[in-house]
Amino acid sequence: MNIIKFLDQFSNIDLNNTSSTRREMFSQLGSYGKKAALAAIPFGLAVSKSNAASMAYSNHVGPLNLALTLEYLEADFYNQALASNVLPSGRAQDVYEQIAKHENAHVALLAGALGDAAVTEPEFDFTLGGTFAPFDTANPEAYDQLLTLAQAFEDTGVRAYKGQAGFLQGTPFLATALRIHSVEARHAAEVRRLRSAYFDMELDDDGLGWITLSKQLTVDPMVPAAVYAGEELTVQAGIDLTSLGSGYSAESASQSFDEPITAEEAVAIATPFFA
Amino acid sequence: MMKNLENDQTTIQGPAKKGIDRRKFLKIGGLAVAGTGLISYSCENADLSLSSDLGESSEDLRLQNNRGRRVYNLGKGDLGILRFAYVLEQLEAAFYQNVEDGDYFKNANAEEKLVFEDIYEHEEIHRDWFEQVLKPFNNGNSENVLPPLEFDFSSINFNDRDSVIQTAILLEDTGVSAYNGAGPLLVNTDYLLLAGKIVSVEARHASTLRSLYRDNKDFAGDDVVDENGLDLFKTPDQVLSAASGFIVTKINAHQLPSY
Repeated sequence: MNIIKFLDQFSNIDLNNTSSTRREMFSQLGSYGKKAALAAIPFGLAVSKSNAASMAYSNHVGPLNLALTLEYLEADFYNQALASNVLPSGRAQDVYEQIAKHENAHVALLAGALGDAAVTEPEFDFTLGGTFAPFDTANPEAYDQLLTLAQAFEDTGVRAYKGQAGFLQGTPFLATALRIHSVEARHAAEVRRLRSAYFDMELDDDGLGWITLSKQLTVDPMVPAAVYAGEELTVQAGIDLTSLGSGYSAESASQSFDEPITAEEAVAIATPFFA
Repeated sequence: MMKNLENDQTTIQGPAKKGIDRRKFLKIGGLAVAGTGLISYSCENADLSLSSDLGESSEDLRLQNNRGRRVYNLGKGDLGILRFAYVLEQLEAAFYQNVEDGDYFKNANAEEKLVFEDIYEHEEIHRDWFEQVLKPFNNGNSENVLPPLEFDFSSINFNDRDSVIQTAILLEDTGVSAYNGAGPLLVNTDYLLLAGKIVSVEARHASTLRSLYRDNKDFAGDDVVDENGLDLFKTPDQVLSAASGFIVTKINAHQLPSY
């Protein structure tokens, strides 16, 4: 299946829906049907959008296991990328090395913090059921795909940590989570710049380190729209940013604040990459 | 010229111990800075007694005239932390305004111009937003104004690319460290989330500036990300000490939450 079409479909999924729509989508991709059992992923989470507000959440295990799962995903991805010979030498190699170093450190840190409560490392499939071949030097689009995947993972990671911070409040793990969160944001900014430079994009806001509205670099393959859905906000704490000072553009207003995603949304984005 | 400091301003080891003054050299992440030096010290001895004058007096924001010097009291709790963040955003916005007025920016390449234009706008938005967020907490007392702070950027050469970008990197990294250090001190979850929304943008700023100025791995370099993959973390006191060279207005942070 054409990967763009797949990602487009994915981005059209209403993440508030029950799993039936996702199962439908997954079944079109053959072996992907198995991934519909995302509920089996043992996060220890019981948080959904609907009940999050009413929950007195004091357990750090769920949030940290979500984080650990995403870090496992990132670490495996970057480790494979580095082993693949697909990366151009120089800047790309250096950037991926530095990011990989951090993601592996995050895995060790979070697994250590969770101890016996840590989820076991999932099996990942970064080929999206055979539609991508990011680690295959015979694939002329391998590096393009490596960049897209890195962008998706980093921006999703930032949003996911941000979404969990409130649940870690009052625990000793909040400070650690915040300090990982900002590192992922550094990663996200650099991957965006690396991609923009590689595709020789015209210089504009999308190729700098920040997210403009819910836009992304218009390069092939695209990152799923779900990764940026909600980033277009221009009102914060009830204050309309565009009306401040002598007025600011919606673009600038949206760039100046990043948005969280829920655990469910993060899992939905990550699910296609579970083997 | 040295500034006498309470010994708790650069450490996180317990509450303030009044009456102990110690001279400290302040370093900022070991970053070598071009120019005459990032931190300017005053020889004033008055800081300790100023804080004892104001520390217990009121939890309201005060812009005091004390010994002829105006002091900005951040106050307590979550509000104190938000005011602290407002100070930093004012500092950053003022810095970038100076950048845009300088010759480096005028002659900068297209990418660097766009980067500085965007970052400046973001910091202005942050500053203006904090101003609005904090306004309702003045208790209707017009004396509890949120003052535009006075800054001293004389140690920076705004006509020089190195001076400008190195300082920008310093300020953004400091901003990240400040939000990371202040976040866990917040009690209100909404404020924590809002701080979270800002800190990742500051981290993007830092990463972008480092990326266009330094080596390939420095966007998240080993000078800011430790062996556990953790970013910078500084307490409000540590941040204010590090930034004190730029901020002329005296700031009383002694009632802020601490570790």
